[in-house]
Amino acid sequence: MEKQIALELKHISKYFGKVAANKDVDLCLYKGEILSILGENGSGKTTLMNIIAGIYFPDEGEVYVNGERAVIKSPQDAFKYKIGMIHQHFKLVDVFTAAQNIFLGSNDKKYNVKKLNKEVKDLADKYGFVIDPKKKIYDMSVSEKQTVEIIKVLYRGAEILILDEPTAVLTPQETQKLFDVLRKMKEDGKSIIIITHKLNEVMEISDRVAVLRKGMHIKAKDGSGTVLTKDVNEQLLTEMMVGAKVELHIDRPMPVNPEPRLKIEHLTCKNREGVTVVNDVSFTSFSGEILGIAGIAGSGQRELLEAVAGLQPIDKGSISYFDATTGETVNLRNKTPEEIRDLGVRLSFVPEDRLGMGLVGNMDIVDNMMLRSYRKGKSAFLDRKSPSELADNIIDNLQVATPSSHTPVRRLSGGNVQKVLVGREIAAAPKVLMAAYPVRGLDINSSYTIYNLLTKQKQNGVSVIFVGEDLDVLVALCDRIVVISSGMVTGVVYGRTTTKEKVGSYMTKTVPAEGEIAERANESCFADKDYVDKHVSVVGRPLNDSNRHAFSEITEKNNRDFDKKVRDSKKTLLAGKELSASEHDKKPVSSDKSKKSLKREERV
Amino acid sequence: MSKQNTVKEPLFHIVKRTEMPLWQAWLIRIVAIIVGLAVASVLCAAVAGKNPLDVPVSLINGCFGTERRLWVFLREGALLLGVTLALIPAFKMKFWNLGGNGQVLIGCIASTACMFYLGGKLPDWVVNIIMIVAAIAAGAIWAVIPAIFKACFNTNETLFTLMMNYITTALAAYCLVVWVPSGTSVLSPFTEGVLPTIINDNVLTLIVVAVLLVFMTVYLKFSKHGYELSVVGESEKTAKYIGINVKRVVIRTLVLSGAICGVIGLLLSGSINHTLTTSMDNNMGFTATMTAWLAKFSPLVAIFTSFFITFISRGMSEVQVSFGFSESSVANIVTGLVYFAIIACEFFVSYKIVGRSKNKEKSVKTETKEKQTEAKADEQTVSDEKNPVKEEVK
Repeated sequence: MEKQIALELKHISKYFGKVAANKDVDLCLYKGEILSILGENGSGKTTLMNIIAGIYFPDEGEVYVNGERAVIKSPQDAFKYKIGMIHQHFKLVDVFTAAQNIFLGSNDKKYNVKKLNKEVKDLADKYGFVIDPKKKIYDMSVSEKQTVEIIKVLYRGAEILILDEPTAVLTPQETQKLFDVLRKMKEDGKSIIIITHKLNEVMEISDRVAVLRKGMHIKAKDGSGTVLTKDVNEQLLTEMMVGAKVELHIDRPMPVNPEPRLKIEHLTCKNREGVTVVNDVSFTSFSGEILGIAGIAGSGQRELLEAVAGLQPIDKGSISYFDATTGETVNLRNKTPEEIRDLGVRLSFVPEDRLGMGLVGNMDIVDNMMLRSYRKGKSAFLDRKSPSELADNIIDNLQVATPSSHTPVRRLSGGNVQKVLVGREIAAAPKVLMAAYPVRGLDINSSYTIYNLLTKQKQNGVSVIFVGEDLDVLVALCDRIVVISSGMVTGVVYGRTTTKEKVGSYMTKTVPAEGEIAERANESCFADKDYVDKHVSVVGRPLNDSNRHAFSEITEKNNRDFDKKVRDSKKTLLAGKELSASEHDKKPVSSDKSKKSLKREERV
Repeated sequence: MSKQNTVKEPLFHIVKRTEMPLWQAWLIRIVAIIVGLAVASVLCAAVAGKNPLDVPVSLINGCFGTERRLWVFLREGALLLGVTLALIPAFKMKFWNLGGNGQVLIGCIASTACMFYLGGKLPDWVVNIIMIVAAIAAGAIWAVIPAIFKACFNTNETLFTLMMNYITTALAAYCLVVWVPSGTSVLSPFTEGVLPTIINDNVLTLIVVAVLLVFMTVYLKFSKHGYELSVVGESEKTAKYIGINVKRVVIRTLVLSGAICGVIGLLLSGSINHTLTTSMDNNMGFTATMTAWLAKFSPLVAIFTSFFITFISRGMSEVQVSFGFSESSVANIVTGLVYFAIIACEFFVSYKIVGRSKNKEKSVKTETKEKQTEAKADEQTVSDEKNPVKEEVK
């Protein structure tokens, strides 16, 4: 055989207490190939890679590099064997330049800036990277930082590169660039291991695939450890990962009688440094509809949702919530989460930072359920009974893998943590459900569970706002997608009739959307005539010119009503107290009535 | 495998434990205490030239030797437990209240002031009520000042509370100068206005601390306030997200923390000593920091830690006397050694050391292969069963 083995693992096992993260794993990597490692969350991919990179030491088994037994006790040792790992979270010094970071920790005695810059440049040119060695890390985009990490590893002479979910933070265009670079490295004889969740990327980039499940290496039908990418398809790989047949399909029913629920007008927010992060954003979210928010990571998505949830100070603009049960309009601007809750606004929020914000890692599932409900009742003491029932319910219904409801949530794997959080937020019976990257880091199975949960909420008439990063999913799941770029709305598309490329092109635009495209932000997905005409029917008949008004009237009337209410509430506000341009309207609009009626509802 | 291989497997490596039976963890701790005491005994005996076995004997003698010693031991332990209970809610909220000393002492000052100005002029029960209110209020105010600064301006509470201690000591010294006309700064014990005696001077303290213990256990575990403060302690971001008013919780908890310290001050001045000195707090605020940490902020475990620390410190002063050490530093060194053993053993509770061993590797391998068909990874490795106590003794 012409292929040379670069790295071989034999019978590798690693235990964390009683849990086996890896169990008797055999793996073999050839020179000049790209090997994908696939597996669900907690299947031990990262642990296995950390063993190769010297971060963990295996409890059992041997590692062979170029046919020789190797003992890798530290990342320094790994470099001796020419193994380099690019971690999911970058390990760079922010105030240093790219070249300085690359030099850091290498064994060269002399620090010669000119020579170093030249070497970095040469390396970059060789593989087709674009990099400025003198640029400081804090000035860099995520993709540039990743480039620095890769060059750092190459500079130290690595022959075996391990990339842990490199594409999770990149746009589709950046991913393509990365793949081009990886292919060039492969031609140069380097061996690459890539960990990813995205099956389409596995199919595109890798030569062979190894699948891990529950810490064990899953053997293909012919008994060999890995499968050649050209022999498999996505469905087959999923089955290998999950161990059972999985339906990779997202159901998208048409919303039923959509009504405006949340209207955001000219919202502008500044972060602590005074930089505008949300810039004049306007859109309306409708009941029974999933509104997607797409954009490159850090374009203001988080601040936008936090502004609605009352966690981010608002500079300009307004947020109005339309309460369907009372018919009241509630102003949410500059309210604390406490005040929003007291106003009776049924807003649930699944934040991006699950363990840092949504849940308390050291508390058990029951106590985390209690976060939303513990205030109920006048008693000074806690009621642990109903949260504990809720916890058991969620564990049953969402199949949370946990020893018991008294396990601290930080001990659960990413997918299960998310199920607990989403389950709790849905249990609050929200009218608006905001979810920021709810499937980030989740495996396929858990991801689809979450998508289906969101769709179910939509069918219950909840207005769902979904911030996502996987464009394929956004296009398949959402009714409408608002695309934001550096805090501005650069485009609005209808999920059923758009393409991922179209969304991607809006993501990199730098001017705000105008005219017809901008107007879509305030119309429900029934305004998507291309789709509605062909597919939606009124009382059994397809929509045509004669009966279209039935739909448009519903939507338009709802819009008109809502606008009128917002205008009225503003008028009363202006009449009530003189509002200067800078003054924050702290007084809740027509809150008394809605408060009362909602309290009544709560009691029921 | 080539024999010329130069790289060797490491002699041992450290592995984090995820689960350990409770009895095993406690066994490690008990062994650590015994080891600490043994080393301390040998050291003491070596310095004094006596039999090492005399050390534990006089340790026990110092605490339980006479009836009076037993009462003092119980009282001191209870007082330390009281201060620990005061610090636990603040610590649980990750508010590092190092001002226990000052908050206790200000309680002493407040209650002594009541006795000084009102004792004899008003009926004792009226004075007592005013004393109680004054001491609690003084302690609460002393703790709430840093809390307000922390909540509103995010100042560092560690330094702030620490500095408040010095202010209190100086304040006590000033009061003594004003109150003692002779200039000796020794305030003779009051007879009027003191708190009532039950059986003897010590029982009231025990009762009050027992009530505080029950209250704090219930407060932390079953009340909404207790839940809120632990959420704030775990993650302020989560607290804000869920709509908890963080400022209010911080201030409220510190009022409670300071108030309990004030109660301890009240007991010290009003019930036990009937007077005021500048060092009346006996550094309990700092000792309680350790007992609270060792108890992992659990009020019930704090009973053990408080009484154990009291046992060591009181016992050691007896050792010092019976061994004829002229200086207290020997006793302090010994106490430090025991503390060190207790704190160090927590390493062995969370980690284990796995040595290089070929036999073990093989046996584990066969075991895993046998069980491979079972999807659940619930079998225990051989190294898990290795007795951790042995490592500890090594």
